[in-house]
Amino acid sequence: MRRRCKLLIIGGSAGSLQVLINILPKIVLPIPFAIVVVVHRKNTYDTILEDLIALKTMIPVEYVEDKTVLAPGIIYVAPSDYHLLFEDKNTLSLDGSEKVNYSRPSIDVSFESAALIFKQELVAILLSGANADGTKGMQTIQEEGGVTIVQRPETAEIPYMPEYAIQNSNPDFIFTEDEIVNFVNSTIQ
Amino acid sequence: MIEDKELDSLINEVFEHYGFDFGNYSKASLKRRVDRLYQLDGFSHFYEFLYRIRSDEEYYKRLIEEVTVNVTEMFRDPSFYAVLRNEIVPLLATKPFVRVWHAGCSTGEEVFSMAILLKEAGLLHKALLYATDINASVLETAKKGVFPLRMMKLYSENYMASGGTEDFSSYYSANFNIAKFNTELSDKMVFSQHNLVSDTSFNEFDLILCRNVLIYFDNNLQSRVIQLFDDSLSLLGFLALGSKETIKYTGGSNKFVQLRKEKIWKKIK
Repeated sequence: MRRRCKLLIIGGSAGSLQVLINILPKIVLPIPFAIVVVVHRKNTYDTILEDLIALKTMIPVEYVEDKTVLAPGIIYVAPSDYHLLFEDKNTLSLDGSEKVNYSRPSIDVSFESAALIFKQELVAILLSGANADGTKGMQTIQEEGGVTIVQRPETAEIPYMPEYAIQNSNPDFIFTEDEIVNFVNSTIQ
Repeated sequence: MIEDKELDSLINEVFEHYGFDFGNYSKASLKRRVDRLYQLDGFSHFYEFLYRIRSDEEYYKRLIEEVTVNVTEMFRDPSFYAVLRNEIVPLLATKPFVRVWHAGCSTGEEVFSMAILLKEAGLLHKALLYATDINASVLETAKKGVFPLRMMKLYSENYMASGGTEDFSSYYSANFNIAKFNTELSDKMVFSQHNLVSDTSFNEFDLILCRNVLIYFDNNLQSRVIQLFDDSLSLLGFLALGSKETIKYTGGSNKFVQLRKEKIWKKIK
């Protein structure tokens, strides 16, 4: 059964960049949903992460600024030093308030905001990391009817973040990289 | 998380009782901030929270303080300050008198950073820095020019990364856990309460800095504020915004030209 999705949101920390670079190029185009990536990144104002992802995938990558329009078929990456929020289904907004889980951007903040706006039309994936960020967000996504996927901890470079999410929420799926790709390509639309 | 309709009722109550209008704030961020305060102060029903805001003016002040974001640092985003130092400040030097407005100055870290740039360019003696915020309590902090000593390592690094070559510690005196900045800097500052949502222009400036304030406003309110800045800038004056802010979604963008990809716009008409 295929599932309607407007937003695929991916959170990750240490060890997640390689997974992103493996997964994103394998997504079959065109895609009817937007992709938002929230990863913990150094507090610098460069665009190395965006440029690297753009180099590896055919999906266009857009630099996120305040009130950037969210459209299907495009990858958006949360900029460093801001929390990324969803104003409505078509508009991103930024917030410079206190760090959450020692992080800005925080995955919890973006996941919770996405959950409240996209409800059942949201698929979230939590990848490798050394921090508990993301778990609270996964809980909210479940409450709002979205789909939650956690990277199989044995396959994660740093298993702490996916393990923490498995122990403290009840994710719909625990997937390897290949299973994630397969799910995105065959199940969501 | 609080409901949208609860947030709307709070916006209405605050406007009716205190005249403060959150109606054009960015909903996603405002909702998070209000929810955070609601949880933090342990209310069990939203109507209790509303009642407290309505009946207790001190609590209303707390709401304003907690809901508005006051995260700031000295020389935040050093590459921005390098452009300011190398390209904008030299242009201000030709003026007989330099007026700068920090709109949404929070606890004042960026105002002191600007004063240091002007001092190093030999312009501080003929400059006046107006610093405004809606939040009275952050202005009290800003006026004192006293910041936590533990922050000085980061600020000193930011200062050097922005092209500063002096001994940063010469700008303050350390005392226990605080750093008090020299009055030579604060003597050139004027602090006052000003609300970008409802107040009007009060002077003409050569440079307006409003960094990481517009992100909390919706496009309508952003347009209003850009118009206010347009009204408050001299011709060929400069407007500086935060590193992810833009004027492209506002009505006034045809009156400004952007300096390359920097977050600095020059008023051209």
